[in-house]
Amino acid sequence: MSDERVFMKGNHAACEGAYRAGCKGYFGYPITPQNEVTEYMSAHIWEHGGTFIQSESEVAAINMVMGASATGTRAMTSSSSPGISLKQEGLSYIAMMELPMVVMNVVRCGPGLGNIAPHQGDYFQATKGGGHGDYRLITLAPNSVQEMAQFVYDAFNLADKWRNPAMVLTDGTIGQMMEPVDYTTMPWMDPPDKSEWQLDEFQEGRERHVLTSIWLDPADMAVAHEKLIEKYERLKREEVRYTEYLTDDAEVLVVAIGSPSRVTHSAIRILRQEGLKVGLLRPITVWPFPYSAIREYADSKHVKAILVAEMNWGQMVEDVKLSVLGKKPLHFVPKHGGLTFTPEDLTEPIREILKNPESPNTLWHVS
Amino acid sequence: MLLEEYIFAGFGGQGIMTIGQIIAYAGMLQDFYTAWIPSYGPESRGGTANCNVVISDEIIGSPHTHHPNGVIVMNAPSFDKFEPMMASGGVLVVNTNLSPKRSERDDLSVVYIPTADIAMEIGHPVLASVTALGAFAAARGVFDDAHVEKGIDWALPARHKDMLEMNIKAYQEGKKAAEAQLKTATK
Repeated sequence: MSDERVFMKGNHAACEGAYRAGCKGYFGYPITPQNEVTEYMSAHIWEHGGTFIQSESEVAAINMVMGASATGTRAMTSSSSPGISLKQEGLSYIAMMELPMVVMNVVRCGPGLGNIAPHQGDYFQATKGGGHGDYRLITLAPNSVQEMAQFVYDAFNLADKWRNPAMVLTDGTIGQMMEPVDYTTMPWMDPPDKSEWQLDEFQEGRERHVLTSIWLDPADMAVAHEKLIEKYERLKREEVRYTEYLTDDAEVLVVAIGSPSRVTHSAIRILRQEGLKVGLLRPITVWPFPYSAIREYADSKHVKAILVAEMNWGQMVEDVKLSVLGKKPLHFVPKHGGLTFTPEDLTEPIREILKNPESPNTLWHVS
Repeated sequence: MLLEEYIFAGFGGQGIMTIGQIIAYAGMLQDFYTAWIPSYGPESRGGTANCNVVISDEIIGSPHTHHPNGVIVMNAPSFDKFEPMMASGGVLVVNTNLSPKRSERDDLSVVYIPTADIAMEIGHPVLASVTALGAFAAARGVFDDAHVEKGIDWALPARHKDMLEMNIKAYQEGKKAAEAQLKTATK
C-alpha cells in the first residue's frame, strides 16, 4: 500500500469509490447496518457536484435512481436486506430498460425484520434476479474496506459497459469495519458518453430516445428478451472474476465470499502450519459465477473435497454444486442468526474432511 | 507473528469507540494490518458499547475477536462480560471509578486505574477513555507514543482541536499510572 492510505469504515469507503467513479446522484433511506452510507453521502456528495435525496421510502429511492440513470447520470442507492426487498420491483424495471446504476446491499439477518447482525441470506436474491422477470444483476462481493471502495467504483464501470444494473453484495461486518484504504487504484473519472440513448432535451432531426419495459406483443417481447439474454451470455463469458489463495496443491478447496472468506483465510493459515493442504477460491463476481474455475478444481487430482462456508442455510453452495457436478464430495458449514464464524468453526470440519472426504457431519445433501 | 486482538468496552458516550479507532490508526502508522469494528447490535442500544480491534503483521481474517489479548473495561458490566473471555497472558485495564472488582485470574496482567479521577484532575471527564488508553499502551507495549498521539489528533474533530493538548496529557498520565503499578507488581 502507498502512503495515500486512510483509515475508514467500509460504508464510508463505498461512498468514496462512488465519488471517484463520477457518481452524481445518491438516493436512499436509512437502515442499519448501512446508515453510514446515507450519512456520508448527505454530508459529502455536494463537494463532488452531486445531489443527495433522503427519499420517503426505499421504493421511492430506487425509482429516483431509475430517473437519474435515464438522463445518463451515474447514480446509486444502497440499503440493507429488508430495504433491498422493497427495491426489487424497481430493479426489475431498470434491468429491462437496460439502465446502468449501482445498488449496494449491506446484508443483515432475515427473513422479515430479522436483526441487524451480519448475514448472507440475500445471495439468491442478488444472483438469481431478485425481482420479477428473467434478468440478472452484475453482482460483486467485496471482503474488505479496500474492496468496498474498489468494487463500487468497478460496479459503475461494469454497469455502463454493459448497460445493466450492478449490485455490490456485502455484509454487516464489512460495512461496519474500519481498515486502511488506498485510493490510488481509483482515479477520478467522468462517466462515459451516453448520448446514444440517454433521455435529454428535444433535438430537431434526432430519433426519439425511448426507455421502456413494456412490449405488449409477445413477439416483440421475445426480441427484447433475446437481446438481454445475448448480453447475459456474453457477460458470463467475459466478466467472471475470482481470487485464489494457496489452491495449487489444495486437498480441500474452500469457497467463500464476504466476511466468512476472511475467516477462511485465517483458518487456512492455521491448517497450513499443521502441514494440511487447504486453499480458498473466492468469487469476486457471484453473478456471473465462476462455475468453470471451480469445476477445474473438482476435476483436478489434488482436490479431495470442496467445502462452502456461508452465513446462511445454504445458498451459494447450490452454485458450487452446479460447478462440482458430483465429481467430488461437497461439504457445507453454515452460520445462523447473525452470528459470525471463528477460525475454529472451519478448522475442525476441515481436519475431519481431510481424514474422511465423505465425512457425514458436513456433507451437503440435496434430496 | 504479531496478532493483537482487543476489546474496549464501557457505556455509550465514554469514548470507547474512539479509543479503539485511535489504537487501530496507530497500528496502521506502524505498518501493521489493522481493523476495527463496533458492536452495533441491540446491546449498543442498551447503554453498553464495545469495539474490537485486530492488529497484525499478516492479513487479518475476522475483525471480531472471541479471545482478546488486550481489554479495557470502563464499567462493571464490561468487566463481568469480557474478563473471563481473555486469552492467557493478556493485558486488562480496569476503570476503578465504575468497575470496583479485582480480577482473580493469575494469567493476566491487570492494571487498575481511576480514569475519571485522573481525567478530572486534568480538566475534563471526557478524557477518561484516553487515560485508559494510555494505561493500556503502557501495559501492552506495542505502540510508539508518537503514533498514538497522531491517532489522537486524527480522531479529534476540527471543532475540538483545542482539546488536543489535554488529550495527550491524559494519555501520558494514564501511561504513568500504569507504569507505576507495573513496577510495583514486578518488585
